[in-house]
Amino acid sequence: MSIATMVAELAKGMVVSTEVFVLTLLFSLPLGLILSFGRMSAHAPLCFLTKIYISLMRGTPFMLQLIVVYFAPFYIFGIKISAGYRFTAVILAFVLNYAAYFAEIYRAGIESIPVGQYEAAKVLGYNKVQTFFKIILPQVVKRILPPVTNETITLVKDTSLAFVLAVTEMFTVAKQIAAKEASMMPLMAAGAFYYIFNLVVAMVMERLEKKMNYFR
Amino acid sequence: MNFVEISHMKKGFDGLHVLKDISLSVKEGEVVSIIGPSGSGKSTLLRCATMLEKMDGGSLSYLGKKAVWEENGKCVYASRAEMKEIHKQFGLVFQNFNLFPHYTVLKNITDAPVSVDKVAAAEAKERAETLLEKLGLADKRDAYPYQLSGGQKQRVSIARALALQPKVLFFDEPTSALDPELTGEVLKVIKELAAEHMTMIIVTHEMQFARELSDRIIFMEQGIIQAEGTPDEIFNCENERVREFIGKFQG
Ligand SMILES: Nc1ncnc2c1ncn2[C@@H]1O[C@H](COP(=O)(O)OP(=O)(O)OP(=O)(O)O)[C@@H](O)[C@H]1O
Ligand SMILES: [Mg+2]
Repeated sequence: MSIATMVAELAKGMVVSTEVFVLTLLFSLPLGLILSFGRMSAHAPLCFLTKIYISLMRGTPFMLQLIVVYFAPFYIFGIKISAGYRFTAVILAFVLNYAAYFAEIYRAGIESIPVGQYEAAKVLGYNKVQTFFKIILPQVVKRILPPVTNETITLVKDTSLAFVLAVTEMFTVAKQIAAKEASMMPLMAAGAFYYIFNLVVAMVMERLEKKMNYFR
Repeated sequence: MNFVEISHMKKGFDGLHVLKDISLSVKEGEVVSIIGPSGSGKSTLLRCATMLEKMDGGSLSYLGKKAVWEENGKCVYASRAEMKEIHKQFGLVFQNFNLFPHYTVLKNITDAPVSVDKVAAAEAKERAETLLEKLGLADKRDAYPYQLSGGQKQRVSIARALALQPKVLFFDEPTSALDPELTGEVLKVIKELAAEHMTMIIVTHEMQFARELSDRIIFMEQGIIQAEGTPDEIFNCENERVREFIGKFQG
């Protein structure tokens, strides 16, 4: 296999890894916020359900979750699983899992905002939606950036777990080439890819943190 | 007309009766100070009056409009729409300011008028600038709260409350979180407001200030109003508890 084909194969894998990364963030960040509302809800059954959900997502192996999400339509609903569902299942499992982690990060952030902020907003006449989006959320975002950065970096590396459902992302490709060519090089290249990806993630997040430094 | 009318207000926290039976009317332009020992329920009274806490009993109205009343032994609150109107009548200044840290001074003052009262942005800005000028904060309009001293923060929070043009302003120990050298600048602002006949209800431990400024002083203890009168009446009061309390502050 020529270097050029190797690079081309690896690049294809990279695109898949990047897609998993972007789609997971795109959906799990808002879903996490919604889950955190459930978790903090005064409605006891709702709070209990989200608590159970989060504890299951955090307490069981992610590989198992991937497999469950993939096979659930067949075993539970008897729906025949099409090949195209693989990628969807990967995204679904990632989103469901990461949303649980993000929910707890949001919750910690929201609960760290002093009640005085809510009270000031209430006396000034802001309604609940305005209070949350105008007053609380910007302060929450600033506080949760460091833990969100951590999760995001973990996510970059976790994208390699898509192989469980035979979605050929970057790392799978590298392993296959490495086995065929009896060379470590593809694996090293994969390592470099994750590392550089995470450098970029860290840089972007640092920028965001700096941007939020205008207030304290 | 009474701007604020509180009658038989009651409030408890799981079995602890914090406000036992408080009745208080405040007329237009009147300045009322509330004094009393820690834990006597002063903050709770203000928090019930500004609807940060739900009252257990009694009634409350602003400028003749009923906000809370009792029906079959339970407190009923006015409808959402009515409450919105009532809410515009009062403002509250907190002990620890509670400014919005992510907004500049100007934005802290203009945001509520714009997003709550739907005042035009230009007009809100004009109001804010007039207030900042008046409170000696003109050079701070673009600063963020963390860049301000405590006294400046409290003045901004007063401006923020005033920007909504309330008819009544409540203060809960507005200078208690400030270094002694900074209390003066805040008290001066409150005095200026009093001179303009702003209706104010002020919880304070600044006895001299209360004496100079108030039309009426209320002494609260254990959830009831123990004594009430003009500053002279209170400072020369026969009531043992009042004398003892005031004595402590006069050293
Ligand atoms: N949310 C609450 N839950 C339970 N108890 C409360 C609550 N708020 C106030 N209390 C109690 O009510 C009593 C009166 O409190 P309040 O804050 O009104 O006193 P205060 O007169 O303002 O005192 P201070 O001068 O120290 O500010 C206190 O015993 C306090 O512990
Ligand atoms: Mg108090």
